[in-house]
Amino acid sequence: MSRAGHALAVPVGHGLWVVPLLCLALAAGVAIGETPISLPVVGQVLANKLWAAGYPLDPIDEGIVWNYRLTRTIVAAACGAGLAISGLILQSLLRNPLAEPYLLGISAGASTGAVLVALAGLGAGALSLSMGAFAGAIAAFLLVAALAHSARGMAGSGQIILAGIAGSQLFNALTAFLITKSASAEQARGIMFWLLGNLSGVRWHSVMLAVPVVLVGLAVCLWHRRALDAFTFGADSAASLGIPVRRVRFVLIGCAALVTAVMVSMVGSIGFVGLVIPHAVRLLVGVRHARLVPLSALAGALFLIAADVLSRTLIKGQVLPIGVITALVGAPVFALILIRGGRR
Amino acid sequence: MDMSMADPVLACEGLSYAVGQTWLLREVSLAVRAGENLGIVGPNGSGKSTLLKLLSGVHTPAAGEVRLLGQPLAKMRRRQVAQLLAVVEQQAETGDAISVRDAVELGRTPWLSALAPWGEEDERIVRQALRDVAVEHLQARIWHSLSGGERQRVHIARALAQRPTVLVLDEPTNHLDIRHQLSLLKLVHTLPVTTVAALHDLNQALGCDRLAVMEQGRMVALGAPCEVLTPERLRTTFGVHGHWLTDPADGARILRLRQLPSHESIEGNSPHVQ
Ligand SMILES: Nc1ncnc2c1ncn2[C@@H]1O[C@H](COP(=O)(O)OP(=O)(O)O)[C@@H](O)[C@H]1O
Ligand SMILES: [Mg+2]
Repeated sequence: MSRAGHALAVPVGHGLWVVPLLCLALAAGVAIGETPISLPVVGQVLANKLWAAGYPLDPIDEGIVWNYRLTRTIVAAACGAGLAISGLILQSLLRNPLAEPYLLGISAGASTGAVLVALAGLGAGALSLSMGAFAGAIAAFLLVAALAHSARGMAGSGQIILAGIAGSQLFNALTAFLITKSASAEQARGIMFWLLGNLSGVRWHSVMLAVPVVLVGLAVCLWHRRALDAFTFGADSAASLGIPVRRVRFVLIGCAALVTAVMVSMVGSIGFVGLVIPHAVRLLVGVRHARLVPLSALAGALFLIAADVLSRTLIKGQVLPIGVITALVGAPVFALILIRGGRR
Repeated sequence: MDMSMADPVLACEGLSYAVGQTWLLREVSLAVRAGENLGIVGPNGSGKSTLLKLLSGVHTPAAGEVRLLGQPLAKMRRRQVAQLLAVVEQQAETGDAISVRDAVELGRTPWLSALAPWGEEDERIVRQALRDVAVEHLQARIWHSLSGGERQRVHIARALAQRPTVLVLDEPTNHLDIRHQLSLLKLVHTLPVTTVAALHDLNQALGCDRLAVMEQGRMVALGAPCEVLTPERLRTTFGVHGHWLTDPADGARILRLRQLPSHESIEGNSPHVQ
């Protein structure tokens, strides 16, 4: 009997259907848009670019597919996967169903960093805004981690959650202070739009960063899948099952923080993915991380590809912030999951 | 076995533990012999759970040392410890919808690695552990649908699946009905492992080879149950009046416990009075 979830072969076995599914979703994400582009044309553009196949194509179509839609679809997928596994890690390690990637103060820190850069006017490019956001995210996380570390007296995982709340409040207040003090209405609107999640600034350099970061995060999680399982009955129980609790926490929470910080710095904070996707996948496939980790990543990727398509097509001539879509879809879906889950 | 009976399997020396300024455990030294069933008794809050957490390496002592098979616990890797020593905690709960089978399989965690993936042997050990505590029929059940006693038995099956040399149990019979209490204690005593168990019921503790009595974080007595649980000890440590009876049916010695007469009520002996 080969029970799923035991051998390393299991995550590999999923590859048989996960990879084609993901490719199909990516292709659909590229094809659908305000100007629909047929799947064969998408394929021909890819063939031209990757193998210099030399199909005669409209250069505008080619530009849209290669520079605009393909990049944002890939980054959407990477973000979805990254946020989903980050949320999963935090829920599993902290034993708190409300844990999510932004719990660690990361999005609040990112917004402060981005606003600082925007107001100080250190170059106008999206790249510098991203760098400010990344620096802010990491600074906030380090502060939260230090706070949690010094609050030793408290039991278990409560400390990092409370530290995260304190850190988030502090950085949100800083952001609000900076915006009201010095930003024009126009600047404030731009910043808010960016904070709600925005994939329009995404180009190939973002792909080159997002994809490796997510793959490394995924590999780290899969490597620790049994350790994550061992936390089912809490940290003391994990310790008695032979898990070096502190080291595993350090590595995995650090990994979640880094992945989230990279994503936030590229596309702003996209809510609900990191909270809802792990819960939904848990209801579907159970609690063993050999299945949970890869399938959460997949579900997160598919969800954000779909959300991105919706954000581009829902209102003609206008792109909605993707965070609005994820919240609008995510909240009712989450409610449904809760009701269904309660009835089982 | 080439290990002589004199070599302790699990031992501690001058073990102390503090949270902030409060000492929860003071200078506890004991040695558990191979194959022995050691019981730890004491009133609520006397430090039984704390002692077990230090012995199993879940907490790090403020002073003193624990040795497992002669090696200092502090120098061993967690995984190595978990291959030798399994713990059944007093309270270990989860909100996850984990199945009984999956929960017991967690016991194999210290034995699995990338080079040693799940195999037939693990399968067999898990099945045996489920059978040992009679929860085979619950295999597919989800955690939150189990009763307190069923949960406790699953935890014990998980610990057995670890195939430990030493089994540490914190009030293992707490949620069980009397039939399962007795069968569990019998199982624990017949297993070919060394056990250290905090026990609530003094009469059940009589089944242990030796008892350690805890009082306000100190170990105040260690020895055979009938030597340790003297009327004097029962009065000072537990605040109850007790004397020994002999069961006419089989000649077994049992403890009859009563409340102290009101003039020597427990005020003077309360374990919480510093
Ligand atoms: N983290 C802690 N901080 C402060 N006091 C604690 C902590 N954990 C346990 N205690 C106290 O230590 C004492 C011993 O606890 P414990 O070992 O759980 O006792 P027992 O298991 O014998 O009932 C109790 O008085 C308890 O209140
Ligand atoms: Mg206790």
